[in-house]
Amino acid sequence: MSGGTPIVRVVGVSKRFNLHHDKSLKERLVSRAGLRGGNGGKSSDEEFWALQNVAFDLDESNTLGLIGANGSGKSTLLKVVAGILTPTTGYVERRGRMAALLELGAGFHPDLTGRENVYMNASILGLSRRQTDRYFDAIVDFSGIEKFIDNQVKFYSSGMYVRLAFAVAVHVDPELLLIDEVLAVGDEPFQRKCMKRIKEFQRDGRTIVLVTHGIDVVRQLCDRVIMLDKGEVVVDGKPQEATRAFRERYAAQVDEPDDVRGTGQVSIGEMRVTDGAGRPKQRFESGERLGFEMVVEAHEPVVDPVIGVAIYNHLDNLVYGTNTAMREVPLGTVSGRRRVCFDFGPIPMVEGQYFITVAVHSRDETVQYVWLERQVSFKVFSLSADSGVLHLDPTIEIEPA
Amino acid sequence: MLGFLWSLVRPLCLLLIYWLVLGKFLRSPIPNFAFYLFAGLVAWDLFGSTLNAATTSIVSNAGLIKKVYFPREILPLATVGAGLVHFVLQMVVVFAVLVAFDYDFFGANLLLLPLAVTALVIFLTAMSLFLAAANVYLRDVQHLIEVFLLFWFWLTPIVYPISFAFDVFGGRTVLGVKLSTIYMLNPMTSVVAGFQRAVYKHPIVADAAGNPVRVLYQASMGTYVGRLLAVIVASSVLVWIAQRVFARAQGNFAQEL
Repeated sequence: MSGGTPIVRVVGVSKRFNLHHDKSLKERLVSRAGLRGGNGGKSSDEEFWALQNVAFDLDESNTLGLIGANGSGKSTLLKVVAGILTPTTGYVERRGRMAALLELGAGFHPDLTGRENVYMNASILGLSRRQTDRYFDAIVDFSGIEKFIDNQVKFYSSGMYVRLAFAVAVHVDPELLLIDEVLAVGDEPFQRKCMKRIKEFQRDGRTIVLVTHGIDVVRQLCDRVIMLDKGEVVVDGKPQEATRAFRERYAAQVDEPDDVRGTGQVSIGEMRVTDGAGRPKQRFESGERLGFEMVVEAHEPVVDPVIGVAIYNHLDNLVYGTNTAMREVPLGTVSGRRRVCFDFGPIPMVEGQYFITVAVHSRDETVQYVWLERQVSFKVFSLSADSGVLHLDPTIEIEPA
Repeated sequence: MLGFLWSLVRPLCLLLIYWLVLGKFLRSPIPNFAFYLFAGLVAWDLFGSTLNAATTSIVSNAGLIKKVYFPREILPLATVGAGLVHFVLQMVVVFAVLVAFDYDFFGANLLLLPLAVTALVIFLTAMSLFLAAANVYLRDVQHLIEVFLLFWFWLTPIVYPISFAFDVFGGRTVLGVKLSTIYMLNPMTSVVAGFQRAVYKHPIVADAAGNPVRVLYQASMGTYVGRLLAVIVASSVLVWIAQRVFARAQGNFAQEL
C-alpha cells in the first residue's frame, strides 16, 4: 500500500444544475421566438448549486459515511466521486479499481439477462471474460437469484436487482466501493449478508464511501462521517460528532407531536420532562435520573383508569413503557385535575433523541380516554460510543488463557 | 447468428424494391442496374443506419451512463463498429453475387474500395460522435436526423447516375457557385462514387440499343483518389472537433438523461 497518498481527493468541488431548460431544438426555437406564454421567451435557466466548495481527502482503508437530509447533495457528491458527474468547478482525483452502487442498480441494461449484465458490468469494471467466469458462480450464489439469472433484468423486482448489483460490485475486487442507500431495498437476511460483506471489506483494508439515512449504519460501519447541508460540508469528523449534529439539526423537524386520539372524556396537559425531582430538563447524560410530569384532567368521572407512559427512540422503537396498572398504583375513580409524576430513576440509554407517548385508558384497554403520540421529547448524550438501545458500562480485560 | 441474417434482410429488401420500381417500372437507363444499386446502397446502408443508431446510442443507454463510469465515446464508437461488422457481411454477399453472375468487376478499380471504406468510416465516426452528444441535450435531433438522412439519400447518386443530376444543373449557379459544385461538396457523393467505381467498374456502358450511357462520375482514377483523400483529411479534422465537443458535453450526460 502506498502510505500517504489518499485514494480519493476531492478539491474545491462545486456542482451547478440548471433547472428545467429546453430539452429540444423545437422548444429552443419556440422560446427564442417568444411564442411561449408565461415567461415570455426568456430562456429559463434557473440555477441550483447542489454542491458548494466541497473538499476532502480520503485515505486508504477508511470508511466514510455521507449523511444529510434529502436534497443536501449526498448523492450528487457520490456521483462526482464516481466520475459520473463532472463538477462545475474543482476536481476529483481517484486511483484504483472502483465499483459503485448508485440509486438502485449498478448500470444494468434492462433488455439483457442477469447473466449478460453480470458479464457486461464486470467488463466495464475492468475484468476479462475469463476472470468473470471464475467469479460468476460466486456472484450468482451471493445474489441468491439463480433461478432468474437467465431472465431479462427488466422483469426483476427491485430487491433482485439490488442483490445482483451488490453481488457484482463486491466480487470484482474493487479497492474503492461506493454505495448509495441501496441496501435498504433488500430484505433483512440480505441486508445482514451485505453488512457482513462490507465488514469483510473493511478488514481487507479497502475503502468505502457510503451514503445513508440510517444513523445506526453510520455508527456501525463508518470511521469518518461527512454531513452535508444544502451542498456544503457542515461536519467532517468522527461518527459521534456527526450523528449528534445530525440529530440536533433535524430534531426540530420531527418534534411536532402527531396524533391525538381518544374519547375526549379525559385530557392531558402541562407535560414536561424533568430531572425526577420536579425541575424541567431536556438533555440528559446516560445514567442520569429521568422524570416526567403531566396533568390529567377528567371532564367527567372515569372509573379505574390506567395512566401510561411509553418512551420511543428515533426509529419509533419502544424503549420502555409502563403504566399505573403494571406498577400497581390504584387510582379508583378519577375526576377533576390530577398531577401525575413519573420518576424513572437512572436511564442507561444510548445517545439519541427520545419521544414520550402518553395515554389514559380503561383497565381492560377497550376504551381509550385519551392517547397522545410523541408529545414531548428529550435527548440523551453519552461520552462513549455505543450502539443498540442500552447504555452499559462494560470493562474489557484480556489476559493470556 | 440470426441477428446477422436480419442485418442482411433490410438492405436486400431495399435493393429488391429499388430494382423493381426504378429498374423495371421506371426503366432506369443504367445497364446492370442491380449491380449499380448494390455498390451505392451497401455504402449508404452503413452510413445511414449506423448514424441513426449512433445518434440514440447515449440516450438509449441512459441506465448505464447514470450508474457506471466508463469513457462515453465507447457507445457511439461501438455502434460504428457494429455497423462495420454488418457492412463486411453485406460486402461478402455483394461479391458473392457479382461472382455468381459472372460480372466483370475485377481490376485495379478494386483498390479504390479500401480508400472509400476508410473515408466513409472516418466521416461516419465524426458525425456519430457529434450527433450522439447533441441528442442528449436536444432530444429531437434523433427525429431531425431521420428526415435529414432521407434528403441526403436522394441527393447522393445512389439510384440514379450522377450525370443525370449534372445534366439538370447545367451551368446554373446559386450566389455565383455552380450547382454541380455544391452537389459534389457532399462527402457521401465522393464516397458512393468511389464505391461504384470500385464495384460497378465501368464509367460508360452501352445500353441494349448500343448507345453509351454515362453511368459513373466521369473523372480520372486520380480524381477519384484525390476526392476520397480530401474526404479523409476533412473528416479527420471533423473527428478531432467532434471528439472535443463530445468530451466537453459528456460531463453533463448523467444529469441530462
